[in-house]
Amino acid sequence: MSKVLESGVPAGTEQGQVGRAVKRLESQAKVTGRAEYIHNLEVPGMLHAKVVRSTIAHARIRGIDTQEAKELPGVYDVITGEDILKVIPDPYYGPAFHDQPILALDKVRHVGEPVAVVLATDVHVADRATDLVEIDYEELEPLFHEVESAKSETTFVHDVIRPAGTFADLKTLQPRAKTNVSMEYHLRNGDLDAAFAKADRVFEHTFRSQQVSHLPLEPIVTLAQLTDTGNLLIHTASQSPSFVRIEVARLLGWPENKVRVRTAYLGGGFGAKLYIKLEALVAALALITQRPVRLSLTMEEQFYTITRHAATVTIRTGVTNDGRIVARDCKTWWNGGAYADIGPRVTQKSGFTAAGPYDIEAVSLDSYAVYTNLPPAGALRGFGIPQLVWAYESQADIIARELGIDPLEFRRKNILRNGRPHATGTVMEDVGTVEVLEELARKMRWDEPFDHGSGPIRRGRGLAIGIKAAVSPTTSVAFVNLYSDGSCGVYCGTVDMGQGSDTAMAQIAADVLGLEAESVRVIHPDTEVTPYDMATLGSRSTFHMGNAVRLAAEDAKRQMVALCAEQTGFAPEALAVQDGGVAAPDGSFFTYGDILARRFGMQAGNVLGVGSYFPYYKKPDATTGMSDHITPYWMVGGSGVEVEVDTETGKVRIVRLVTVGDCGKAINPGIVKRQLSGASFMQMGFTLFEEMVFDEGQVVNASMADYKIPGFWDLPEQNEVSIVEVPHRNGPFGAKGIGETGSLGLSPAVANAVYDAVGVRIYETPLTPERVLRALREQQGRVWGDA
Amino acid sequence: MAELQTIRFRLNGRPVELAVQPYETLVEALRRGFQMYSVRESCGQGLCGCCTVNVDGRAVSGCLYLAVLVDGCDVQTVEGLGTLNQLSPVQEAFVECEGFQCGFCTPGMIMMATQLLQENPDPTDEEIKHYMSGNLCRCAAYPEIIAAVHRAAEKLRAQTAAGNTPATAIMAQR
Repeated sequence: MSKVLESGVPAGTEQGQVGRAVKRLESQAKVTGRAEYIHNLEVPGMLHAKVVRSTIAHARIRGIDTQEAKELPGVYDVITGEDILKVIPDPYYGPAFHDQPILALDKVRHVGEPVAVVLATDVHVADRATDLVEIDYEELEPLFHEVESAKSETTFVHDVIRPAGTFADLKTLQPRAKTNVSMEYHLRNGDLDAAFAKADRVFEHTFRSQQVSHLPLEPIVTLAQLTDTGNLLIHTASQSPSFVRIEVARLLGWPENKVRVRTAYLGGGFGAKLYIKLEALVAALALITQRPVRLSLTMEEQFYTITRHAATVTIRTGVTNDGRIVARDCKTWWNGGAYADIGPRVTQKSGFTAAGPYDIEAVSLDSYAVYTNLPPAGALRGFGIPQLVWAYESQADIIARELGIDPLEFRRKNILRNGRPHATGTVMEDVGTVEVLEELARKMRWDEPFDHGSGPIRRGRGLAIGIKAAVSPTTSVAFVNLYSDGSCGVYCGTVDMGQGSDTAMAQIAADVLGLEAESVRVIHPDTEVTPYDMATLGSRSTFHMGNAVRLAAEDAKRQMVALCAEQTGFAPEALAVQDGGVAAPDGSFFTYGDILARRFGMQAGNVLGVGSYFPYYKKPDATTGMSDHITPYWMVGGSGVEVEVDTETGKVRIVRLVTVGDCGKAINPGIVKRQLSGASFMQMGFTLFEEMVFDEGQVVNASMADYKIPGFWDLPEQNEVSIVEVPHRNGPFGAKGIGETGSLGLSPAVANAVYDAVGVRIYETPLTPERVLRALREQQGRVWGDA
Repeated sequence: MAELQTIRFRLNGRPVELAVQPYETLVEALRRGFQMYSVRESCGQGLCGCCTVNVDGRAVSGCLYLAVLVDGCDVQTVEGLGTLNQLSPVQEAFVECEGFQCGFCTPGMIMMATQLLQENPDPTDEEIKHYMSGNLCRCAAYPEIIAAVHRAAEKLRAQTAAGNTPATAIMAQR
């Protein structure tokens, strides 16, 4: 049961709030410049922090001389790792491993690592003083490439690797030493050798993805202060306020209730503002100075704070001559940089999807999280999946063409259908693989002839489809509060960073309670007020928080109906909720405000609904890596492109872009459409030109002058987005997440189109003119040497 | 510390003065002195457009523009275009077309679009892309922004047809 929605066409529910084209609740605030961002926050008595960063990729610290910096007029203090130890004796943090020191101790592991902090009331003074801090290094051999580093037996980024034990799925990890592989995941399903023996052809290729930057336009920023009772109040542009609270409390050995973390609208996140970034440092600085401290990164500093994993994927696939994939063996090395951040979870969660949306008899997957001396890598819109889809969907085209089968037909033959087990053993349910592929074919008019052009500009088309498992296990809790006049507030920890979650949550609550979505107020994350939420990441909020909000709204509704039943004498089943109140069978109608006024004798009281959502999950088996409940839902995204390749310059231009995503049920079709299109454009940057370029660990293009992101001129002439709705049995109103779906398939779709246009295969992103031109020259037997 | 210099200028129509450092940028001065939080520094190099401010009728990058230079000038920010209840036609169009996601680049986009429409009441897609190419949106709401500029152009043409001058039409109608 699925249907394809023409974008913008609402499909209503009973109360008509879900599926309605509600304008974003914060529209006016954003266009008037009034929307609250932590970027805007200043408090009296505040100190500005500026970070002194390592200039060396891997070194022992022999000494830090802060004297001259401390003497600069206006400098309040200069803080080093030794000072941090006085307030936090074990200052190592991180979501998957406790490996990142708040400020470097004894060693630096990447260029840009924070070594000291200057504090001053004038930010310019602090900035100037950072140049006066002298650090004496003893250089060590650096490791930059993930495969090299994984094999190293002499140089280690960390002497001991310490798992955090935070996540249920990573709980069993043991500390390791003498390796740069922080974590590995293996999946073994079926008899691989026997399956390969059945194959008529075996293909093996290696694909690589580059480091890229999230680059949210609101720089990463945190302001921490002590409250009157000495507790911590942390204002932070974070996607995960609950996690920040838990982690800062852990570092301090405090109970959670002494740490308050709040956020506001984020000026973009994309994974850059996840888990813990500046918060531990700024909290420590506030404790040391007993003053409010603000740290806002410059654009350059963002490049050194978090990146997307570069990855090397070697994929070996056995196929029969009629185009059936029978065996797949895939090895992935993730370049995690110097600190694990969420890399180990990327390694596992992406790792197990490396076989793609295909039904394959035997699968063997190995996925390695590798430390290197580069800036830390984390999650960026897709949690590693785009790097894997880049490999398996590029290879799918290579195989199809070698076998003389149409690339679409090849995918149709192998597509994983509902009712069939995924490589992990989890049986597919309510997954839109077939629907997305077919919609993509229709939109691309794949069965129609295509003009490849002649002369120097050649045209080609390509498509690709990717699948992602929602990160699990995770929890969301929500409160729905009906105030004494019957108006409604939704308390949830989902951070609205532009994805429109405030509006979606309001629509869900409104639909249950028979209210207008526009009348619902969504209270922004503040751990003092809003309940626990794992984080705003991995396209999880619509499903997890959406369910929590729906359950909380139903709880509030049940209580309201029960009160009204008590007051009117009707049975609860006879009462109906509509238009912000309860209708009785005798035609009488009571607003929620009326019901509360009758209960308390005046305008007073609250009805508080609580909802908590925690989907069932089974951790992968330690030997096989399999689980019959690996994820609560799957996301499927397909991309199709038509490109023009200039054979004289190597320039690739996307002239038509088609993005298809299965969202289960579009809570707000316009917002869903824009999420798909935004993700697709972002991925276009990663595919065609975005690349962090390193020289001895230093980012040589750490500015928007040298690192270009997609702008107006990069828009394809034709841009089409198609929403597919395959409702999920456990989704709120059938909905699934959509934030990353548009990212999944684009890169290989472009490479496949380039091949279709000019017959050269590109194995590494980005597809810069230089890379494409080199491949074209090689095809002509005119190999170019390195410049 | 260098010596402070007092500058006097009009901010969104009202006369103001502020003592500034000679190296202070317009973004810093507008935020520190007047809490004009629509003016935002992101790239710090005049490349992203988040800090777009109008000085004497010309859009400038506030992160590169020294505050001392606005002495005697007329400075306009998004705060001066419209209010929560009274949006300007360009602001209205951005709401109607959902020309934003995270909203961080939005004030800069609106300032630039406002200036474009004063110069060119009926721009083509190409002209919009060309004029706005110095404003970046990491959420990539570009198609919606282009649609919003077209929608705003329609609104403004309707207003000028009704007798408003282009200069008054561009402001929220009070």
